[in-house]
Amino acid sequence: MTASPGFFALVLAFLTMVAAVVAALLGRNGDERWVLVSRRAVYAACGLLTFCVVLIEIAFATDNFSYKIVQEHSSIETPNFYKLAAMWSSQEGSLLLWAWVLSIASSLALYSTRNKLREIVPYATAVMAGIASFFTGLMLFAGGVNPFDKLPAPAPTDGIGLNPLLQHPSMMIHPPMLYSGYVAFTIPFAFAIGALITRKIDASWIRATRRFALIAWTFLGFGLLLGARWSYTELGWGGYWAWDPVENAALMPWLIGTAFLHSIMVQEKRGMLKVWNACLIVATFSLALLGTFLVRSGVLQSIHAFGDSTVGPYILGLIAVVLVGSTVLIVSRLDDLRTPKRIDSLVSREAVFIVNNLLLVALCATIFWGTFFPLISEFFTGTKSSLAAPWFDRYTTPLAILLVLFTGIGPLLAWRRVSWATAKRVFVVPTIAAAAVGVALALFTDALHKPWAFFLFVFAAFALVGIGQEFWRGAAARRKLRGGSMGSALIAIVSRNRRRYGGYIVHVGVAVLLIGIAASSSFQTKRDVDLRPGQSAVIDGRKVTYVRPTAKVDKLAFTAGALLRVQKGEESFTLHPTRNFYRPTGVPGASGIANYFAGESDSNIGLKAGIAKDFWAANQPNIAGLQHHAKAADEGFAKCIRGGAGVPPQCRTIGAVMRAALANPRLRPQALARIEELQLKTAEQIAASYVAEGAPTTFRVIVNPLVTWMWIGGLISLAGALIAIWPARRSRRTPVGAAEAELEALKEAKYREIRDAELDHAAGKLSDEDFALLDAELRKEAVEILDGVNGNGSNGHANGASERDAPERSTEPV
Amino acid sequence: MDPQRKRKIRLIVALGVAVLLAVALIYTSFSASTEAKEPSQLLTAAPGTSYDMTGKVVKGSVRHQGEELRFRVVDREGGGESLPVTYSGTVPDPFRGGREIVLTGEMENGTFVGERDTLVTKCPSKFTTSSNDS
Repeated sequence: MTASPGFFALVLAFLTMVAAVVAALLGRNGDERWVLVSRRAVYAACGLLTFCVVLIEIAFATDNFSYKIVQEHSSIETPNFYKLAAMWSSQEGSLLLWAWVLSIASSLALYSTRNKLREIVPYATAVMAGIASFFTGLMLFAGGVNPFDKLPAPAPTDGIGLNPLLQHPSMMIHPPMLYSGYVAFTIPFAFAIGALITRKIDASWIRATRRFALIAWTFLGFGLLLGARWSYTELGWGGYWAWDPVENAALMPWLIGTAFLHSIMVQEKRGMLKVWNACLIVATFSLALLGTFLVRSGVLQSIHAFGDSTVGPYILGLIAVVLVGSTVLIVSRLDDLRTPKRIDSLVSREAVFIVNNLLLVALCATIFWGTFFPLISEFFTGTKSSLAAPWFDRYTTPLAILLVLFTGIGPLLAWRRVSWATAKRVFVVPTIAAAAVGVALALFTDALHKPWAFFLFVFAAFALVGIGQEFWRGAAARRKLRGGSMGSALIAIVSRNRRRYGGYIVHVGVAVLLIGIAASSSFQTKRDVDLRPGQSAVIDGRKVTYVRPTAKVDKLAFTAGALLRVQKGEESFTLHPTRNFYRPTGVPGASGIANYFAGESDSNIGLKAGIAKDFWAANQPNIAGLQHHAKAADEGFAKCIRGGAGVPPQCRTIGAVMRAALANPRLRPQALARIEELQLKTAEQIAASYVAEGAPTTFRVIVNPLVTWMWIGGLISLAGALIAIWPARRSRRTPVGAAEAELEALKEAKYREIRDAELDHAAGKLSDEDFALLDAELRKEAVEILDGVNGNGSNGHANGASERDAPERSTEPV
Repeated sequence: MDPQRKRKIRLIVALGVAVLLAVALIYTSFSASTEAKEPSQLLTAAPGTSYDMTGKVVKGSVRHQGEELRFRVVDREGGGESLPVTYSGTVPDPFRGGREIVLTGEMENGTFVGERDTLVTKCPSKFTTSSNDS
């Protein structure tokens, strides 16, 4: 191992992270200097890891094939954009990405809490830096996964290249999105552990890390969406979800993360569900680690299991430590976590949140069981059995349908309690709308043949109309107070209540996305047809004609395509699906033409996307003929070089060139270029004969109703999440000390709750009596907090401990 | 009824429902699953039972016959006798000799007949070279 600057920086980053852990633990009793040291150590490690990433990227950009990672995952011919993204297609590169993103997230979290949560922060720092040193240490000590490993000199002149299947724009953003999602869940986890250790189990740790949880959730969700899109457009299969273990591994933390984002609101507003929230964040983080582990270990049969790996057992060890440690911690803090508060009414938002939490956890548990069934069945019965997509569908469909119903019910109910009369009033319009949609679907479509899809459509209609009503009523209430147009009132309510309306927009997106999934999975038409040029088939009422084959060839790939014309009445369009056969890279000219068909292949599907229907087509050319031609050409070439009677004169020259090159290595590049040129010409002839012969081709044609709405729904959710993440305007007054900052945050939260209740009342979600009761309660709580704030102001901030106790003390009945 | 008791009853009912659902889930998963077998085990397997075959496609054994695909597979660890396979339906892009596949199907006269559209090819490992297993 050579001591390059990168290797040195990586070692230094590891040591700095370890130092951060030690310093944080030394500062646990409030020694500000140690806390400062630990925070700065995390910043420094972040800088060092950034330096490492930059070095690796420079190595990729400059084709420095003396690095193992570059030689194995890039080549001269790899397009520049993919050279930069090739880092995370390697195991060592993705570990570096993990550590780097974690160091950024930790630095941001520590910066944003630099004046807050004085007791929790040291422990949270220790957890974050501990996990970062684990991943940094893995690269250094696990063996074979150091990104700065060099190949023995002399360095190769070219690399193996990036798998062409992965050379797709969404594939390049997909892994870092998923990793960032996994990684960002470390932050709320670390603060939860800190809160448990210090027994500061109010909502302060949640307020400090809620945004990180939301960011993690958004990244993970967007990563999942990109993966689905890639599968739909690139794999020539036509599906977007296959219940593959690694897909499931990313979906599970997302589901539990969703539950967590909802249930922390109950803790923030009502001080309940503390045990539950602690368990959820531990579960989310463990599942995120499990996702990382599954991708890297190959314990389950998955299309994503990337070979054997050395780091799997270590990650499994970390999961075990996290699970055991957290469980012990939660159990030992049960007395502090219990709260005497109870849910006031089953018709309240918190009650709906509990139901949604149970549904999400049930969904995750089902998927977990199905994913790990091969291991479970092997344990109990000795044989490895697996569960296929229908089993997953059977259980997840009803749960998803109930969930969509609750995405509609939740926003309609106010916190704490809602009288039946009010509930009835807010439910009238969405219920009527859902019923109308149901009747219309039953009368005019065949949706009733698929009852699950039918119910999903009806419930989604309920949710969409219900949330629409929320926006309408909110805007109307604002107009009553302030006047202005409906549009400006809508913008005003959204920008003043970003969390609430951002969340509602996410709900709209999820409902739309589920409509897309239900429609496309239940009502799709899928046909595989064999056609010769000129022949046509009727699919879903459209005439599909195979007009003519196309073929194209270059140094990298042989592309066999087909021109299809699709006609229905006046409407007519052409599609041009193609299939690329890639030649293995890294050995130019040294392999025959037949190698085009021995390497990777991928599809560029022909897609006519529409609001109502997608028309999707992929071709599977019969390559037997092509292979035959290529083989014949390669044999002819070999014969040509051998020489002898009857070979054309050109053969003698190329034969002479090759013999000369064998004798003199310096002539080799020239000779290779000659051969390459000759091969390309021959391949072009084969392409021409492929077009002329017009062999039958197998087409897969899919008519997918409403599938576009799945992507639109995903983007709506993303927009909603971004609105909710966007920071609100801060109060101008900067708090003096940590204790005051905490009280300030508490005050802000309570004010927001009061504003929420006022908005709910104005929007007709709370009856006058309910509002009067709730408002009085909230105001009393606010006054208690204000007493605490003022008390601090007069005391100064010398006596930290008693200040922080102030709000709790004043909650006791006076 | 005092509220404490009511809560307890509600909890027991909820837990009971959860346990029932979980039992149903576990029960069906054992009956709905298909057993995974390697090619060498399938050579002697009884016909008429559906299996998930996980194996490695023998290099150079892939033949297209009209719509049908014929190839041979061996155990993932290599070695052992190879098993002839027929399959029709969509072929995933990464499918080729040397790749690991999962295919659902059953044995018929010494040949493993794959169910339509059940062929899964493991994603080309990003960590192995693409030139050495053609």
